[in-house]
Amino acid sequence: MAYTLKMRLWRGDRSGGDLQDFDVEVEAGEVVLDAIHRVQATQAGDLAVRWNCKAGKCGSCSAEVNGRPRLMCMTRLSDYDPSETITVTPMRTFPVIRDLVTDVSYNYEKAKELPYAELPPRDADGKRRMMQEDVDRGQEFRKCIECFLCQNTCHVVRDHDGNKKNFAGPRFFLRYAELDMHPLDTVDRRRVTREQAGLGYCNITKCCTEVCPEGIHITDNAIIPMKERVADRTYDPLVWLGNKIGIRDKDRDSRAEL
Amino acid sequence: MTTGVHGPTRARIEAKTLRTDRWWVSPLTTFVVFFAFVVYATIRAFQGSHYYSKPYLSPFYSPCLGDCVKGSSDFGQPFHWWPLSAALLVLIFPLGFRLTCYYYRKAYFRGFWLSPPACAVAEPHKAYTGETRLPLILNNIHRYFWYAAVVIALVLTYDAILAFGPAEGESSGIHMGLGTVVFLVNVVLIWLYTLSCHSCRHIVGGKLRHFSKHPVRYRMWTWVSKQNERHALYAWLSLFSVALADLYVLLLASGTFSDPRFF
Repeated sequence: MAYTLKMRLWRGDRSGGDLQDFDVEVEAGEVVLDAIHRVQATQAGDLAVRWNCKAGKCGSCSAEVNGRPRLMCMTRLSDYDPSETITVTPMRTFPVIRDLVTDVSYNYEKAKELPYAELPPRDADGKRRMMQEDVDRGQEFRKCIECFLCQNTCHVVRDHDGNKKNFAGPRFFLRYAELDMHPLDTVDRRRVTREQAGLGYCNITKCCTEVCPEGIHITDNAIIPMKERVADRTYDPLVWLGNKIGIRDKDRDSRAEL
Repeated sequence: MTTGVHGPTRARIEAKTLRTDRWWVSPLTTFVVFFAFVVYATIRAFQGSHYYSKPYLSPFYSPCLGDCVKGSSDFGQPFHWWPLSAALLVLIFPLGFRLTCYYYRKAYFRGFWLSPPACAVAEPHKAYTGETRLPLILNNIHRYFWYAAVVIALVLTYDAILAFGPAEGESSGIHMGLGTVVFLVNVVLIWLYTLSCHSCRHIVGGKLRHFSKHPVRYRMWTWVSKQNERHALYAWLSLFSVALADLYVLLLASGTFSDPRFF
């Protein structure tokens, strides 16, 4: 069933812009990105929008649909009443480039700061061995498609530009957690997670988990376990005393602190 | 200089949020319910009376370590000199456990501090340092409150067993009343809330990086992880159940209501 959808799209660049109204013909079963493409094809040829796979796997078409951070290609029009106006804006945490396209380089800068895995020498047969139950947790985090919706919705940087310098954000806490849970990695990242990545800025409001299109339990499975690991190292006097008198947590023995 | 969603590099949009759903319902509900609980609990904690009706001792006062009424101190009265309500001696532990709880942090940061009120809704504060400074950095000692919460849960379990005891005027032996059911439900919910805690999950096995070398702890972690998914639900249910158990004792002790006895 075709109908005319009312859309409001943010158009502009860093010097200014506003929400513009469009009426666009859409079909049942289409998604917001289809409607955007039709606007681009029929009414606004210069509308800037970043997209690639249209299958929820490339993480390119992140935007805010009726104020909610979403992938446009995974937001069905059938979830909205046909009479409703759908408003689409760029992600509001990152500097805007033009229309729906933002500059997400903050995330790449944070990725560069992240110490990479350092693995021990291979076994005699040239292989490395890990048990499945030891890598299950990290594999959940590997589902991340780097759409940066979690980074966009995190109020620590969304509402406070100044925190960007000291805060890596939920996408990278996934990575810090993945490496800290890695069965072979030889680096202890707990200190840098607190001091460099700014884990303490997170106040567990779970918006990152709410918006994750891959359904990764970012807060419960990555951020909170990392907070507990940081507490082991920095805030727990019993663990400190245990280390001093030689009752060591042997599971971390092969790790060197950065 | 304006920062946040109205910062100079961001897309220029006046509204603090363009959300069209009723995003304010959840933080408002949290605020109203938690505030009501805090008011009720504060009044009851300072009241210092109507907390024991044999065999039921209000969970707010358990263990009753101050100058408590006859029959209510199952663990002695080491603080009999304490001039204020005995509840104040023990409530600090469950209160601290809930204040530093990872779920309650989400709830009060959203509902009370509006930081943020809801996802993608701009917060009103100009500066934000999260849990990097005092007092919020103290949330990192959640595990110590968890240790205390386990002890409190054991005491409440003992109370629930005592709730099978005789009421005033009944013969000795096993009895049961509606209060026994209230106490049983409460202690089950308290245990579920305590054992589904994120710190518990870390302590039983989450801190390990080689589950394969610790199969028993891996099984425990797996069980706690399953419960942990419902931690918020248990937080709410146990909040209601503990208030209900206290209210029930208040009604009995004040003579407003008499406990229906089953046997």
